[in-house]
Amino acid sequence: MGQDAFDEIMGTTGGPPPRAELAALGRWLSVTSDTELRRRQQSAEAAFRQLGITFAVYGDSDASERIIPFDIVPRVFLHDEWARLSEGLVQRVEAINAFLDDIYGERRILSEGVLPADLILSNPQFRPEIAGIRPPHGVWAHICGIDLVRTGPDDFFVLEDNARTPSGVSYMLENREAMLRLCPELFREFRVAAVDSYPDRLLEVMKSVAPHGVGAPTCVVLTPGHYNSAYYEHSFLADSMGIELVEAVDLVVDDDIVWMRTIAGRVKVDVIYRRVDDDFLDPLVFRPDSMLGVPGLIAAYAAGNVAIINAPGNGIADDKAIYSYMPDIVRFYSGGEAKLPNVETWRCREPEALKYVLDHLDEVVVKLVDGSGGYGMLVGPTASKAEIAAFRAALVAEPHRYIAQPTLALSTVPTMAERGLAPRHVDFRPFVLTGSKGVQVVPGGLTRVALREGSLVVNSSQGGGTKDSFVLMDDAAPMTQTIGGMTQSMGGGA
Amino acid sequence: MRLSIHHRTAYRFTAPQARLVQMLRLTPQNSHDQTVARWRIDVDCDALLREGRDGWGNAVTMLYAEGPLDGIEIAITGEVLTSHSDGVLHGVHETLPPPVFLRATPATAPDPAIAAWAAEMASGVPMLTALHRINAGVHARFAPDAGRPDPELTAGKAWLRESATARDAAQIFAVAARSIGAPARYVSGYRCLAREARATPHGWAEAHVDGLGWVGFDPDTGLSPEEEHVRVAVALDAVGAAPVAGSRLGEGDERLDVEVRVSEA
Amino acid sequence: MLSRTASSLYWLGRYFERADFIARLVEATVRLDVLSARPAGQAAWASALTVTETDAAFGATGGEIRRRDVARFLTVDPSHPGSIIRCTEMARLNARAVRTALTREAWAAINRAWLIFEGRPPADDPTAVLNLVDAVKTETRGFEGAVHRMLRNQTTWFIRLGQAIERADNTARLLDVKYHILLPAGERVGGVVDRDQWTTILQTVSAVTAYRWLYSDGLQPANVIDLLVARGELPRSLAASVEETVDVLSLLARRTGLHGEADRMARMRATRMARTRSGEVIASGLHQFLQSFIHENALLHGAIGRQFKFG
Repeated sequence: MGQDAFDEIMGTTGGPPPRAELAALGRWLSVTSDTELRRRQQSAEAAFRQLGITFAVYGDSDASERIIPFDIVPRVFLHDEWARLSEGLVQRVEAINAFLDDIYGERRILSEGVLPADLILSNPQFRPEIAGIRPPHGVWAHICGIDLVRTGPDDFFVLEDNARTPSGVSYMLENREAMLRLCPELFREFRVAAVDSYPDRLLEVMKSVAPHGVGAPTCVVLTPGHYNSAYYEHSFLADSMGIELVEAVDLVVDDDIVWMRTIAGRVKVDVIYRRVDDDFLDPLVFRPDSMLGVPGLIAAYAAGNVAIINAPGNGIADDKAIYSYMPDIVRFYSGGEAKLPNVETWRCREPEALKYVLDHLDEVVVKLVDGSGGYGMLVGPTASKAEIAAFRAALVAEPHRYIAQPTLALSTVPTMAERGLAPRHVDFRPFVLTGSKGVQVVPGGLTRVALREGSLVVNSSQGGGTKDSFVLMDDAAPMTQTIGGMTQSMGGGA
Repeated sequence: MRLSIHHRTAYRFTAPQARLVQMLRLTPQNSHDQTVARWRIDVDCDALLREGRDGWGNAVTMLYAEGPLDGIEIAITGEVLTSHSDGVLHGVHETLPPPVFLRATPATAPDPAIAAWAAEMASGVPMLTALHRINAGVHARFAPDAGRPDPELTAGKAWLRESATARDAAQIFAVAARSIGAPARYVSGYRCLAREARATPHGWAEAHVDGLGWVGFDPDTGLSPEEEHVRVAVALDAVGAAPVAGSRLGEGDERLDVEVRVSEA
Repeated sequence: MLSRTASSLYWLGRYFERADFIARLVEATVRLDVLSARPAGQAAWASALTVTETDAAFGATGGEIRRRDVARFLTVDPSHPGSIIRCTEMARLNARAVRTALTREAWAAINRAWLIFEGRPPADDPTAVLNLVDAVKTETRGFEGAVHRMLRNQTTWFIRLGQAIERADNTARLLDVKYHILLPAGERVGGVVDRDQWTTILQTVSAVTAYRWLYSDGLQPANVIDLLVARGELPRSLAASVEETVDVLSLLARRTGLHGEADRMARMRATRMARTRSGEVIASGLHQFLQSFIHENALLHGAIGRQFKFG
C-alpha cells in the first residue's frame, strides 16, 4: 500500500505537487549521496549508543544494549500546518483536563448522558481510590503525548491520547542535537523552531502547579529505577532540568508531607514528575500487596501538599475504550466540534459494529482496549489466515475488549532503507504541556517510522525507528538554535 | 441503643522498625441512624495523626511514627448512638455512584459456583427479595467461625468450606449480589454481642437496590444489620475497608493482637 | 545529594577497592607459593584465607587448602561474597544505580572488569591466575585514574571515602595476619627474616619500590611495619588512609554545611595516628594495635552511614 500513500515530501503520484517550501528538502536529498547520508546516520547512532539512549523490549535479555534506529531524513511541518495542528491539540488537551476534573468530581458528563456510565464506572482505569481529590490548580494531564497520523496534505487524525506518562521526549531532543551536528546545512536552508527549551518549559510547568503558598518549590523526577526501559529518559530529563532523580525509597511521607532523604537530611518535596504507574505510587492505597511505592503519598496528595505529574487516575482519559467518545467529550467541554478528528472506530462491544468488524477482518486494524506498544493488535491486510482466525475467536469470546479501525494509508516520508532512500510510513507524537497558566504545544515532537517496507507498525518494540521533526517558523519569527549551551543566531542569509 | 466500643490493636515486631506509616479506617461517621457521641484514637508511642478522607468517602487517619519501634498499640474508645432502620441506609454521605460497586477485586473475583447458586436464589423474585434470600442462604450454608480470618482467602475459595468467618461470608455475599447485577460492597465496623471480647472487628455487606438505595445485609446473622451495628468503612472488599493498612520500614515479622469489646452503655 | 546515591557511590568505592586488594593478595600469594626459592605452599594459601577472614567459609566449600582451590575461591567463586567476581559484580550494581553520575570512562572500567569473568575458563595454572588478576588490576587502576579525572564534587568524594575506609581495613588485616605468621609469639622483631614472606606484604600493597626509596638498610620487618602503618607517602598505608578519610569528610562537610559524628571520629583517629610511632607500636603489641584499628574503622564506617543517612 506504500504506493497509494501520501508522501509528505514527494507528494502523491497523480496528486497535487508537494508544497513549494519542501522543494529544498527534495533538492538536499538529491545532492547528498546515500553513502554520505548513511555515514551521518551511523555517526548519530554511534553517539546514541555512547550516551546510552537505550530501551528494553519485554522478554529480551540483552535489552539494555539496544537503541532505537535513527533516520537521518527529517520530517517537516510547514508553519500553517503546525498552527492548525496546535489549535486542535490545545483544544483536545483542554478537554482531557476538563474531563478528568469532571469525572473524579461532579461527573456531569455522566449525569447528562453524554457517555454511558458503566463505560467509566466499571473501567479499571477509573480509580475510585482518588475520587474527590482535586490536584493543585486543577491540572491533571500536565504532559500529554497525542499520537497523530496523516493521510493527506490536510488530513490529520488522532490515533491515541497519552495522558499518563508519555515517553519519547528525549528522542525529540537527542534527534535534534544529532541533526544540528550532522546536517547543519539544513538549518541554514530551513528556519526550524527550536525544541531545546523543552526542559525549561517543563520545569516552569512543574513549578506553576506547586501547592499554593510554596515560594521556591522543590521538584523531582520519580523513576522506577535503572532497570526500567525508559531509565535513560528519566535521568536525561532530571539532568536537563537540574533536579533530583529519585526512586520510591528516597521519599518518605511524614505528617502528610513528602520528603526526600538526602545526605544533609530531609528536604521537602513539592512537585513530583512520576514515571511510575499509579499501581506503584502508594501501597496503602493502590496495591496493598506491593512493597513498592511511597506509603502515604496519596494522603499527602489528598491533603494538597504535593503535586503529582501527571495526576493519578488519568488512565481513564486515554483508555482505548474511551477514545471513540473523544469527539463527544471535546464537544461537551469546549462547546465546539473537535478540530482534530478521531480515526473512525468500531466499538466491538456494540453488536452491529462487531458484525461489521467480523465481516471485514482482512481490511481493518483490531486493537485490544487494554493493550499497548503494538501488542495485542491485528493489522488485517498484512495478517496471516491463522492470525485472523485467532482474532476472530477472541473477538467473539470477548467483544468488549476490542475496538477496530480502518487501515489508514499513513503518510510516508523518504527514509534511508537497505537499498537507498524509500518511502516509509510515519506517525507523530507532539508533546503538549499544561500548567496553571494554560496549555502550550512544543514546536516539534517524535516522528516514528516503520522501517520495514509497507509496515504500518511504528512501535520501537516492533522494529520502528525515529526521525527528527522540523516545525518551520513564520518568517517574522526570530530564529535561534542552541548547540551545547551556546546560542547560534541564524540569519536569513541562506 | 447507646453502644460503648473498645478496640485495641497491638503490633509486636520481631525486629525494631525505623519508621511506620499506617492508614487507619477506624472512625465512624454520622448518619441518620448513627450518631458518634465520643470517639478517640490513642497510640502508645510518639506519632503524628492526620485526618483525611479516602475515595470511598471513609474517614481515614494517617499515622506516622518514627522508630526504633518494637511495636505499636492503637486503642479506640468511643460511644455511638444507633437507631432502628430496617437495614436501609439514610443520610450516609456517598461519594461514588452505585455502579462502581459492580467491580470485582482479587478477593471478590466472579465465581461460577457462587453465580449459579445466586441465580437460583434470584430466580423469579424481585431484587430485594433475592438479596434477602442470598443473605439468609449464606448464613444457613456455613457454620460460624469466630476465629481470625485468613487475609489470603478469596470468596471463591471460602465458598468451598464448611464454616465461614463474618468477613468471608460478607465477601461471598458481595460476589453473589454482583453476579445478579446488584452493586455490593463490604462494610467494616462493630457489632454488639452478648458474648465477651472478640478477636476481630465485624464485617458485613451492603447492596444497592434501585428505588430503595443501599441496604445492609449481615450474612453472619442472616438478617439486616440493626441497632447493634456500627458502620465504620466501606470498600469493594475486606482489604479495601481494613481498619489498618500499614507499611513499615525494617526487617522481621510482626505479630498482631486485636481485642474488640462492644457493649451497651 | 540523595542518601541512596551517596550510599551507592560509597559502596562502589569499597567493593572495587576490595576487588583490587584481593587481586593483589592472590598475585602475591601465587608468587610466594610458586616463584620463590623456597615455596611456601599450603601455608601461603592458608594465610591468604586468614587475611580475608574466610577460613571458615572456605572450609564449608569442602575444598582443600592448596593453590587451585583457594585461588578459585578467592577469584571466581560466585557463591563466595568475598571473591573478586562477586566484589566486581557488587561494584557494578552500585555503579549502574548511579550510572549518570559517573563519567563514561569510570563506568567503562567497572563494566570491563566485570566482563573479564564472562565465559572465562577457571584459571588453574599459576600463569592463568596471574593473567586474570593482572586483567583485574588494569581495570581497577583505570578506574582510579578515571575517578581522579572526574569533577571534584560529592560524587568523587563518596567514592574516595569508600576506597579509603576499605583500604584501611585491608592493609590492617594484611599486616596483622602476616606479622602473626612470621613472628610467632615471643620472637623478637629483627630476628631471622624470611625475605620472600616480607616481600609478599610489600607486593600486596604495591610498595616494593617505595620501600627501596624510603629505607636504605635492606629488608627489615620494623621498616615494613613503619611503612605500612605510619608513612603517609604510601597511598595504602594506614596513615594515608586515615588522612584521606579526614580530607574527604571535610570536603563533604564544607559542601553540606554539616559536621557530624563521622567527622569527629575521623579527626580524632587522625590526631592519634599522627602521634603514633611504629617503634612504640611494635614494642607495645602490633596485634592489639591493629585489632583496635580495625574495630575503630568499622565504627567509623557505621558513623558515616548514619551521618549521611545511608539507611
